[in-house]
Amino acid sequence: MLEKALTGSNRYWGWIAVLLAFMAAGALSYIQQYNYGLGLTGMSRDVSWGIYISQFTFLVGVAASGVMVVLPYYLHNYKVFGKITILGEFLAVAAVSMCLMFIMADLGQPTRALNVLLHPTPGSILFWDMIVLNVYLFLNIFVGWIVLTAEKKEVAPPKWIKPFIYISIPWAVSIHTVTAFLYAGLPGRHFWLTAILAPRFLASAFAGGPALLILLCLIVKRVTKFDAGKEAIQKLVTIVIYAALINVFFVLLEFFTGYYSNIPGHMHTLDYLFFGDGQLVPWMQTSAIFCIIAIVMLIVPATRKREDTLAIACVLLFIALWIDKGLGLVIGGFVPSPLEEITAYYPSFQEIMITLGVWATGAFILTVLFKIALSVKEEKMIS
Amino acid sequence: MDIKRRQFLKIAGLSTIAGLGAPAAFNLLLKGETSPVLHASSGGGAEASHEAAPTGVRLAMVIDQRVFDAKEGLAQKCTTACHTVHNVPNFGNKKDEIKWIFEVPFEKAFTNKSHYHKNEHLHDSSFLVLCNHCDNPPCVRACPTKATYKRKDGIVAMDYHRCIGCRFCMAACPYGMRSFNWRDPRPFIDKVTYNKEFPTRMRGVVEKCNFCVDRLARNLQPACVEACGNTGAMIFGDINDSHSEISKVLAENFTIQRKPALGTNPSVFYIV
Repeated sequence: MLEKALTGSNRYWGWIAVLLAFMAAGALSYIQQYNYGLGLTGMSRDVSWGIYISQFTFLVGVAASGVMVVLPYYLHNYKVFGKITILGEFLAVAAVSMCLMFIMADLGQPTRALNVLLHPTPGSILFWDMIVLNVYLFLNIFVGWIVLTAEKKEVAPPKWIKPFIYISIPWAVSIHTVTAFLYAGLPGRHFWLTAILAPRFLASAFAGGPALLILLCLIVKRVTKFDAGKEAIQKLVTIVIYAALINVFFVLLEFFTGYYSNIPGHMHTLDYLFFGDGQLVPWMQTSAIFCIIAIVMLIVPATRKREDTLAIACVLLFIALWIDKGLGLVIGGFVPSPLEEITAYYPSFQEIMITLGVWATGAFILTVLFKIALSVKEEKMIS
Repeated sequence: MDIKRRQFLKIAGLSTIAGLGAPAAFNLLLKGETSPVLHASSGGGAEASHEAAPTGVRLAMVIDQRVFDAKEGLAQKCTTACHTVHNVPNFGNKKDEIKWIFEVPFEKAFTNKSHYHKNEHLHDSSFLVLCNHCDNPPCVRACPTKATYKRKDGIVAMDYHRCIGCRFCMAACPYGMRSFNWRDPRPFIDKVTYNKEFPTRMRGVVEKCNFCVDRLARNLQPACVEACGNTGAMIFGDINDSHSEISKVLAENFTIQRKPALGTNPSVFYIV
């Protein structure tokens, strides 16, 4: 089926060329970073994880959100999602691939990465994260490919694929839970040391991921003959609304515990992120405003049903959640430092180029996989 | 094609390791679960943090702030001694900074102590902070390759050749005592004082105080303790040996530790 990615319109090739350009720019910056060391980034002794690990954390959520179309279709036989489960699975593949690339970009000694396998350390959450992410990547490639092949041959998917599909559902929850455990189990980092971190991660993932999937469906409708259908998109919107509201609720719980208990450690980072003159304050405030506007737009029927306003709402929500998790959560956790010092962090030019390069690579993987899946679907429509 | 094959190899390797490692993993997890229970039953809570591990050698340090306050420049001498002996580079900027032992004011060293109406000498004195060589080290839990590990004598050590530079240990350390080699450190080591006896590091690995494990092996005191001479500002020894000097000092003085409420059981004690 891979050959389907090799034929396409000029627009398709143009888009591929743009992505390749960003990938090349990212690769060049990475070579520089590889030769100089991570000092080329904006990270420092106090803020020792930056935009790479934040993107990784955010994208684990996007990957996990594939389950929001897989679960209704396979467990509840919700047929409307049948057309887009493959898109959810392939989105997960692209997102997990980006996660792995961001981890590699963040390693001080990337050539030693296999030490995680050579010296397995089950006490370390990172060890488990590596396992769940790689298995999830495998499950989604495998299931997606087998089901799509069956669809191409116009036969039912083989029965033996079912166990893999069923495993992939709790597995999606596991990847984001384990990723939350990377943070939630560290003593002395008050902002992360909260039992609600994993549920909060999942809630924001199940809002942000499907919001992205809606956008992708709307784009796909424009550029191909494939239409996910109004019902499927509106059902995704329902999922997004509930997840976004639960996420807001969880965030407010953090505020309550922090400010009502009045324990300095619980308020420190929230103060730094949302109030005062910290570098992230404008970002976090933007995130909060975008989130509220998006939720309102998604709830009001007039704006939810129109494709253009729906797209705007999804973009706003996606940006809001990206700022919240892909920026504030990781960087905020390092402020204040264990010595209660405040250190600013600004990603360097190369760091941003590498980040864009990884996103472009993810978009490239996504484009190729979607191209294959949609070509198969289009062929069926014609015949 | 290449990506697919690599992916396949990765997955194949993983499943093998998952199969081989599972029993060991369960054992380790079980061990991890039992130890806090033991601690809880033997006294529990914050009090336990002043108790030594029940058996074996546990190396620890007492920092007598009264002496440091009285002798100006002594703390600086300790820092210089340590950083020289261990070939710690000096980048001259905060972003790349690497430090094993350094001075900070009271409120930074002891963030959870009251700073309200603190007595006069606490206003001006600065405290030496270094790796606490915790009995229950969060950095060791976090490390995915056992590049940082706890020795039987209580020292939390680093294997610079195994470290992959993921910096999980830096996020895990609640004391901010770990540094990362953001760039090649070697050009920034003072050539005049360069110590051939101790390895330099490469870029991309984490480092920190090692309680001078190499000097102890040669029957020498840690460099900072040695720098204090016979002032008694720093006392180093086995706190499980009731006849050691450090045990006597701990028995006779009220000491505090950094963030004892986190249950890490630091091995560095302060007499304020």
